[in-house]
Amino acid sequence: MTVTPDTILFEEIMPGGWNRSLILKRGTALRLTDIEGGANLSALFYNAHNTTERYNMPDTLKAQFISCISKGNVCYSDMGRILVSIIDDGCGWHDTISGLSNAATNQRKYGSSPYQSARNSYYRNGFDALLLELAKHGMGKRDLIAPVNFFTKIAVDTAGDLAFITGNSPAGSYVDLQAEMDTLVVLCSCPHPMDPRPDYGPGPVKLTVWNSGIAPEQNPCRSFCAQNQRGFMNTIEYHL
Amino acid sequence: MSMTPLQESPLDPRQAVYETVLPAGEHWMHLIQKGQTFRIIDLEGNQAVDTLFYNAHDYSERYSAVDTIREQGNVYLSTGSPLLSSEGNTMLVITADTCGRHDTLGGGCSAESNSVRYPRETRYMHNCRDTFMQGLLQWGQGMDKREITHNINFFMNVPISPEGKSTFADGISEPGKYVEMRAEMDVICLISNCPQLNNPCNAYNPTPVRLLIWD
Repeated sequence: MTVTPDTILFEEIMPGGWNRSLILKRGTALRLTDIEGGANLSALFYNAHNTTERYNMPDTLKAQFISCISKGNVCYSDMGRILVSIIDDGCGWHDTISGLSNAATNQRKYGSSPYQSARNSYYRNGFDALLLELAKHGMGKRDLIAPVNFFTKIAVDTAGDLAFITGNSPAGSYVDLQAEMDTLVVLCSCPHPMDPRPDYGPGPVKLTVWNSGIAPEQNPCRSFCAQNQRGFMNTIEYHL
Repeated sequence: MSMTPLQESPLDPRQAVYETVLPAGEHWMHLIQKGQTFRIIDLEGNQAVDTLFYNAHDYSERYSAVDTIREQGNVYLSTGSPLLSSEGNTMLVITADTCGRHDTLGGGCSAESNSVRYPRETRYMHNCRDTFMQGLLQWGQGMDKREITHNINFFMNVPISPEGKSTFADGISEPGKYVEMRAEMDVICLISNCPQLNNPCNAYNPTPVRLLIWD
């Protein structure tokens, strides 16, 4: 997907280890760019007008017969509708099944580095970062659902064992999310808890929002499978 | 298909302190105290038992599929699997399992997801998330839709492929197979005994299960 400068509404670099949220209006799209390579960007999606409707990992996987997401896939809400569709993807595999770092996983792996000594480079974790961001929208622990971990590849072998695959996202990798509903996007760029790198060093991610228009009939996400066609119908009905 | 070796339980059903039979399509919500052992018996085979757990003293802490999967390093549940909470605490541990594999990625069916996965008229069919909701509303305590997260599907098989695909496979359970777990904290268990008629998870024939608790 080519993003022309005149369609860009917003652009910002989110440093590694931080959190933020934004409302992605229907007809706009968000490009996430892994600037240095090896970043992890955990994302939650909610209906911006009713946050009890939210991204649902199991529905997303079983409707599309997948265990990770990439171009052509969509993120389903728990109400049978599509929050965002993956209209372009230079990476090919984004994790949906392995969750977030938390205070304990960070401590186990990196030890302690508090604000007093490290200032803004202090060690932050995914659970606390997303919870902070959710609280700004009146939500709490009950709303912290399984996230999508963009740029991270967790492979599953035939015995079901997980492995973190290094090198999934080279510098400059991007993924484009088109909003099919007005979607509250909640993000954090903390390290993935299975990342084998011993040092705490989460990478920055560029956020670019642009006017993309509503998904046309020939959208590859719509034709990905019959299930997605019905998902798009449910989403169109919601906007009648 | 790689499977965990089956593990039988030494516990005698005649010694159980609680017993009930839960028909297909019904909900069951019950306190399981720390130290108690809970068994689910698949009475007729191939039944999917959709199950959620909450910390009995703080419902905002609940079973988390992704934390459980990541910390045990495997997507399937069987004997030895610790069932982790959203806050990384062990809620229960599976102590016996004569089935060998249980799913925690497939989630529960709903009217809305049925309308995506199957022909649209399946919206008007009894489903797990409505059953969960009935259980939550009856339980009260301020619990609502936000409590319905990714659950465990006991006795269900959802194979994940190395290429990043998933499928719903035929059930691998048989009449009398069971799974048993010990509570490591006081938990509230919420079950929807799945009424799904559209996929092979329960061989298109929803059937009752038996639930037992030992002190």
